Amino acid sequence: MNKKIKKASRHTSQNEGLIFEKSSPGKRAFELPPLDVPAADPAKALGVNHRRAGIEGFPEVSEIEVLRHFTRLSTWNYAIDLGMYPLGSCTMKYNPRVNEFVARLDGIATEHPYQPQELSQGCLKIMRLLEKCLLEITGMDAITLQPAAGAHGEMTGLMLIRAYLEKLGNPRKKVLIPDSAHGTNPATAVIAGYEVENIKSESHGQIDVDKLRDLVTGDVAALMITNPSTLGIFEQRIPEIAEILHAKGALLYMDGANMNALTGVTRPGDLGVDLMHLNLHKTFSTPHGGGGPGAGPVAMKKILEPFRPVPILVEKEGGRLALEPVRPDSIGRVKAFSGNFGVLVRALAYILAYGPGVRQATEDAVLNANYIRKHLEGVYELPYSLPSMHEVVFSDAIQKKNGVSTMDIAKRLIDYGFHPYTTAFPLIVAGAMMIEPTESESKEECDLFIDAMKSIAVEAATTPEIVKTAPHTTRVRRLDEVGAARKPVLRWKPAVPRSEAAD
Amino acid sequence: MRYLPKSPAERQEMLAAIGAKSIGQLFSGIPERFRLREALKIPGPYSEAEVIQYFKDRAAENSNGYTSFLGAGVYNHLRSVVTDAIIQRGEFLTSYTPYQAEITQGTLQAIFEFQTLMCQLTGQEVANASMYDGSTAMTETVLMAERLTDRQRVLVARSVHPEYREVLKTYAKNSGLRVEEIPYTARGTVDAKAVQAALKDDVAAVVVQSPNFFGVIESYAPLAEFAHASGAMFVVVVTEGVSLGLLRPPAEADIVAMEGQSFGLPPSYGGPFAGVIASRDKYVRQMPGRLSGQTTDSEGQRGFVLTLATREQHIRREKATSNICTNQALCALAATVHLTLLGKEGLREMAEQNLSKAQFALSELLKIPGVRRAFDEPFFNEFTIELPRSVKILNSHLLRDKIIGPLALGTAYPELTKHALVCVTETTPRAEIERFACALKHALERPV
Repeated sequence: MNKKIKKASRHTSQNEGLIFEKSSPGKRAFELPPLDVPAADPAKALGVNHRRAGIEGFPEVSEIEVLRHFTRLSTWNYAIDLGMYPLGSCTMKYNPRVNEFVARLDGIATEHPYQPQELSQGCLKIMRLLEKCLLEITGMDAITLQPAAGAHGEMTGLMLIRAYLEKLGNPRKKVLIPDSAHGTNPATAVIAGYEVENIKSESHGQIDVDKLRDLVTGDVAALMITNPSTLGIFEQRIPEIAEILHAKGALLYMDGANMNALTGVTRPGDLGVDLMHLNLHKTFSTPHGGGGPGAGPVAMKKILEPFRPVPILVEKEGGRLALEPVRPDSIGRVKAFSGNFGVLVRALAYILAYGPGVRQATEDAVLNANYIRKHLEGVYELPYSLPSMHEVVFSDAIQKKNGVSTMDIAKRLIDYGFHPYTTAFPLIVAGAMMIEPTESESKEECDLFIDAMKSIAVEAATTPEIVKTAPHTTRVRRLDEVGAARKPVLRWKPAVPRSEAAD
Repeated sequence: MRYLPKSPAERQEMLAAIGAKSIGQLFSGIPERFRLREALKIPGPYSEAEVIQYFKDRAAENSNGYTSFLGAGVYNHLRSVVTDAIIQRGEFLTSYTPYQAEITQGTLQAIFEFQTLMCQLTGQEVANASMYDGSTAMTETVLMAERLTDRQRVLVARSVHPEYREVLKTYAKNSGLRVEEIPYTARGTVDAKAVQAALKDDVAAVVVQSPNFFGVIESYAPLAEFAHASGAMFVVVVTEGVSLGLLRPPAEADIVAMEGQSFGLPPSYGGPFAGVIASRDKYVRQMPGRLSGQTTDSEGQRGFVLTLATREQHIRREKATSNICTNQALCALAATVHLTLLGKEGLREMAEQNLSKAQFALSELLKIPGVRRAFDEPFFNEFTIELPRSVKILNSHLLRDKIIGPLALGTAYPELTKHALVCVTETTPRAEIERFACALKHALERPV
């Protein structure tokens, strides 16, 4: 083990096959209470045509085997609970356990979306308070909590734009998207029925305002902007950008993925943004859970309010809350039921824990990013030098001379006990290294990260092979992704096919 | 603040290292006039105890102490405490999308197992790593069918969950899809003749749900035949996954959209759940969502990676099959753990108990004068009854007995104001079914 690696050391890891390979007929991990009504005969009740004999290949294992199986698998994952997870644009911050606790309370997790609204006032009050908090944070007038994730929020947002413009007589054709945007932006615009026109960034990585002025024609419905941009830089001319769009009747959409840089410091609504989504699983710390669930509320200005997806949460006389299913101008539903309610609960628990002090979290996030930037500047190339907000983007230009790429450095970070930063994004930086520490990292953890990055830079210069073949300490080495895609194996199959005659 | 790991001295030290005089200097990129001068007007800060108390107070304002006969896409099933113990392990809970395969093998293998379980349940060959929920999964299957057939007309049974249809219509408005609804017969099944009549060579998909929104089990074979004869995709929606423990899987379907809530996820006022898309191997490249694939590492060991990413937005941007990025990974993990715990026998027994309880509930309700079974076809754990009076008024009487009555179908189906969708699962005790029948009888005996 390399002595320079301070944060990690070797550790035995248990091997574990697929659960299907442990299965043996007759084992079980779950027992139901005895049936207290007469047993129905499935063949009679369903008819032979509808009945299935059994599910071929379904696991048969005991409770301890299930627990060990998934516990062993879990130990193969890196997680925020183990250390810094500096994935740029992903805002991997601490996920408070109390949020998990309250989301599972009886009376919260147990509630059915169709139960009478007079028996759901607690759920509706949670949604109402979250709405109010998010409106205060964003400086907007109205909000929908229905979208299930950021990309779903983007889509809802573009549908709102289309509905609004259509009401004015012309939905228009194009959505402008900077070349630094997240991939979801262009994908969403197409699903919402718009053509995408990419805008090149100017030399400082900001939106080229003069070029934008030429591009905004009567055909343009909206500009989708990320602020701070994916370079971690605040779009300084955003009020002017809003004016240019508004003068031509187009709208300004903000991707709120980077709201962790702004919360409590400035408000998109005050900057001229017309609508935006928030990623509650980023800024508001509902866990990422290995890729979801999230929630992507969309906050908007008054002009868009009539178009919000139904049902709409309204306050009736006496403070009673209700979900109204019908609004004449609504874009319709974007998801069944009332959004990812359990995620909304967690986000509110997070906000209540901080209160107005959430500003301190933003400040610490920006402090950490700038601290790391200061110490790594010169060691790695900084392609854009404007002030960093909550994340900093370096490039591998210096290390590339020795044949070491951002991906190699990222993989080597694993050996040092860290999750990699974001590689290969934003697209406008060749060999990008996008680092977002978040406020959850102590000075000590930041220092360890800086040490690791400096040490890897030395390795890249002196012993590049060790970096290029990293990681060396994980239970699997680099995996054959090309092979996986060429001949996809996407499910387990029994080695010896059994007779399916019973089916 | 307890979540923030820095002392005031450390903050000063870090600022000094940066060469900044104050934290405000780090925000110099934001024009001065847009920086907030006042504190945000939001409640807090709350200690942990206060956070818990706030939510306990809200929980007390909900439906505690009531027995519910609601289903309609969200079901109460037994869950083992093991499921929550596993999904609350920090290594699963606080991990990101498994892009870095070497340190996310746990998540990747679990997804691979989830995909396998979904294939086994649905009788399909490939399943994705999850969609937001059943409603968006159904919509994405229609968009998938549109790509596969290059056609834009879609036939959707009216007996498909009304909110699922609403979501489809929302998407359709923006993408140019033409959605047409197919009526149901007097027996509550999709009108196969109407399907046949509406099918032309411009139909991308025929979409049916089974058990359908009225609880009725559909017969797939004739519908699949009609659809295929016109070159359309046959899409089956499953909102109650436990039914697949006993019912023949929709093997004739080209694409299946399923809601995974029944697999260990609490009702949680409507989410988060886990949508699933399952299909044929030959259609995988038009399938949206993440996929975990088996491969080997440089030393020949088995491992898993996210694969076929060229379908996805982070690679393909505007040419992606879908804009989905964040999915419902932890919910899919919960479903994987839950189904593994249930196993082959457990799932079958759970399904049988649902069937038995529903049969019992129907027989108890039919003893009440004036209560009629609406659709005479096999059902699983939900069935429709016709009452002599408005369901909404009867339900308001039941609330006094702390019973949340069956779903009034009149809201979504104006022609069914006296019809109610009753759901019973293995969690509904016999005594509560009897108490419900008794309360309904009394409610019907009241003068109008």
